[in-house]
Amino acid sequence: MTDAAVFRARGIGKSYPGVRANDDVSFAVDPGEIHALLGENGAGKSTLVKMIYGLVRPDDGQMELNGQPHQPADPRAARAAGVAMVFQHFSLFDALTVAENIALGMENPPPRRDLSAKIAQVSQDFGLPLNPARRVATLSAGERQRVEIIRCILQNPRLLIMDEPTSVLTPQEAELLFATLRKLADGGTAILYISHKLEEIRTHCDRATILRGGRVVDSCDPRAHSARALAAMMVGGEMRPIDRSGRQAGEVLLQVKRLSQPAPTAEGTALKGVTLTLRAGEILGIGGVAGNGQDELLTALSGEIRSAPGTILLEGADLSRLGPEARRSAGLLAAPEDRLGHAAVPDFSLTDNTLLTAGARKGLVCKGLIDRPAARAYAEAIIRAFDVRTPGPGTAAKALSGGNLQKFVIGREVMQAPRVLVVNQPTWGVDAGAAAAVRQSLLDLARKGTGVIVISQDLDELLELSDRFCALNEGRLSDPLPTEGLTLDQIGLMLGGAHGMEVAHL
Amino acid sequence: MIDPVALFLLLLSASTPILFAALGELVVERAGVLNLGVEGMMIVGALSGFAAAYHTGNPFLGFAAAAGAGALVALPFAILTQFLMSNQVASGLALTLFGLGLAALFGKPVEGVKAPAMISGPLGLNWIVWLGLLMVPAIWWFLNRSRAGLILRGVGENHDAAHALGYNVRRVRIAAIAFGGAMAGVGGAFISIATVLQWTEGMTAGAGWIALAIVVFSNWTAPGVLAGAWLFGGVTVLQLRLQAAGVRVPVQLLSMAPYLATIIVLVAISARQKLSRRAGGTAPGSLGQDFHALR
Repeated sequence: MTDAAVFRARGIGKSYPGVRANDDVSFAVDPGEIHALLGENGAGKSTLVKMIYGLVRPDDGQMELNGQPHQPADPRAARAAGVAMVFQHFSLFDALTVAENIALGMENPPPRRDLSAKIAQVSQDFGLPLNPARRVATLSAGERQRVEIIRCILQNPRLLIMDEPTSVLTPQEAELLFATLRKLADGGTAILYISHKLEEIRTHCDRATILRGGRVVDSCDPRAHSARALAAMMVGGEMRPIDRSGRQAGEVLLQVKRLSQPAPTAEGTALKGVTLTLRAGEILGIGGVAGNGQDELLTALSGEIRSAPGTILLEGADLSRLGPEARRSAGLLAAPEDRLGHAAVPDFSLTDNTLLTAGARKGLVCKGLIDRPAARAYAEAIIRAFDVRTPGPGTAAKALSGGNLQKFVIGREVMQAPRVLVVNQPTWGVDAGAAAAVRQSLLDLARKGTGVIVISQDLDELLELSDRFCALNEGRLSDPLPTEGLTLDQIGLMLGGAHGMEVAHL
Repeated sequence: MIDPVALFLLLLSASTPILFAALGELVVERAGVLNLGVEGMMIVGALSGFAAAYHTGNPFLGFAAAAGAGALVALPFAILTQFLMSNQVASGLALTLFGLGLAALFGKPVEGVKAPAMISGPLGLNWIVWLGLLMVPAIWWFLNRSRAGLILRGVGENHDAAHALGYNVRRVRIAAIAFGGAMAGVGGAFISIATVLQWTEGMTAGAGWIALAIVVFSNWTAPGVLAGAWLFGGVTVLQLRLQAAGVRVPVQLLSMAPYLATIIVLVAISARQKLSRRAGGTAPGSLGQDFHALR
């Protein structure tokens, strides 16, 4: 396209204490274009868009919007200039209604009745069904995103920024989103699309600017490159293919026998007669749509919730009535899905966080006293072995990006050399490079004879890692099938009951 | 034995101090700030209102002074919690202790003098009682219908989101804290100017704490605050009447009744909320949390 760009950045730079988040970033977005901003977690994508949206001020460089200098003092100024943004972590107010949420995101909202009519109009035009009177707390992730998108559309933006919008969506919801974006782009809106998902960028974006370490490394047509080539540009080197070799199933390590327990919370799922066997050196994949008992199974195995006697046996010893600390001592470790708040204490340093699970097994606590040098050394060892990008072990867990913290919490368990490791969603919301590192570490662990259970909603990940596959469905676990030769269609059938179709009998 | 109409009018008066204080605290908490200093702001309002009314001879000027003093004494709390990121619970408790001590110190000169008489409004009720009743729909309308109220609720519900949308979280909260202080001040002044008619040390006698409880009881709504204030006021009046009527119940038990009722109601409410936290839990999402913007 030759006509003037909607948005242009020239030599943008921004520093935080200890980090150069952006350095000499220049790019332009044309009208009607879906422009991808591609990069690993921590590559500076979020900082860059925060500057465009007026949340952060750049240290150097200039921005232009519609040919005018763009220096928003705050988001309201940016909105007035024609920039709208959909946030990665939704900026919605749970207790308020859809209409109220949208009104809060507008400079001069019309009276509530007109607003409701407008919302209805836009949601019809773009095929985004939404009831303005509903409370946001009752909406699904996809519906919440619709609220944000409609809030943006109502402002007639010149530039729409989408910050990792599909990380919380089902594939169907993502398709719907792209249809909406294309419709907007056809109307002349420029769209800046931030993501690290290569395939969706290749399918849906017109141009891609690739960031690495805060700098622009390339700008290209994503359709002209393979996902592998894009990934290489993003991480700065070839991605190592996953190495599955050198493993063989040994003796039985973990047995779960008819594990049943009621739902721990009103929104939880009851476990119904879960039975499984895990051998040494084996990776067992457990798939399923979210909310089918994944969290409950992990907490039952980790010991956060105790189960009936005789239901969980590790190498013949009954662990059912033991708590997490005793199970860790016995060699059964777990890494929960929620890394910030469940796996790690956000305000604790990395050193302190190692003490939470590794205190006994790594001898970091001696006679009730913390051996601080040992804890720091262990944290440093994890940082080194798992390439965790952080200033040091004294950094608070919440200051790490998602991928780096995930590498840290997985590393904390893996380096304790457990007999059995249970992980839930090990690469959720993690960029490609970190995800590959986490997966490889699980394979390496299994090669050394540990039994690994991977609970995940990412079917590709399960097929890549696991030797056997089971489906978790409304708290019931299917019989395992060997992953070798299993097709996505078959797996779909195993997961089928969750969608209210006929339960697959296997 | 007990005339229900007269009892209701008495109830209206008895519930006015906590109604004001609780409405103010309602706005503060909807903005996401937990200010436990209500008792301190009330007692400062009670003293300054009384002193101003006594010196000017005009009770209404007294109430205006009480509102100003309440807002002023809330400002250190606002600075501590909004700029210096102090813990809100500790700062609020400090504000209560500070207010009680400050009022005791400066109250000495007006001890033992009598408040100027007030002109009654309709039904022989004090004008401030009517003002309090008027504040209920006014605050309801502000919170649920006005743009400013929507922003205030947004700030209290999710301060990070409000900040991301470009609202000034601190400014909204400081305004809310000042308003809460003014309301608590008027509530306290009602006790000294209109009820007891003189100044005594510690005369708010825990009304601020009841006001805090009533905000929870109300589920953070203005009509709920009115119901809570009436319930407490009603039990207070009733127990006084029962004592006067010579009912053979120990006095101590009757004096305990309002507090007991508050505890029972709070337990019932929290039990209910625990059951339906997701479905209908209504405490503001950012209540009591520090807000720290990365710039």
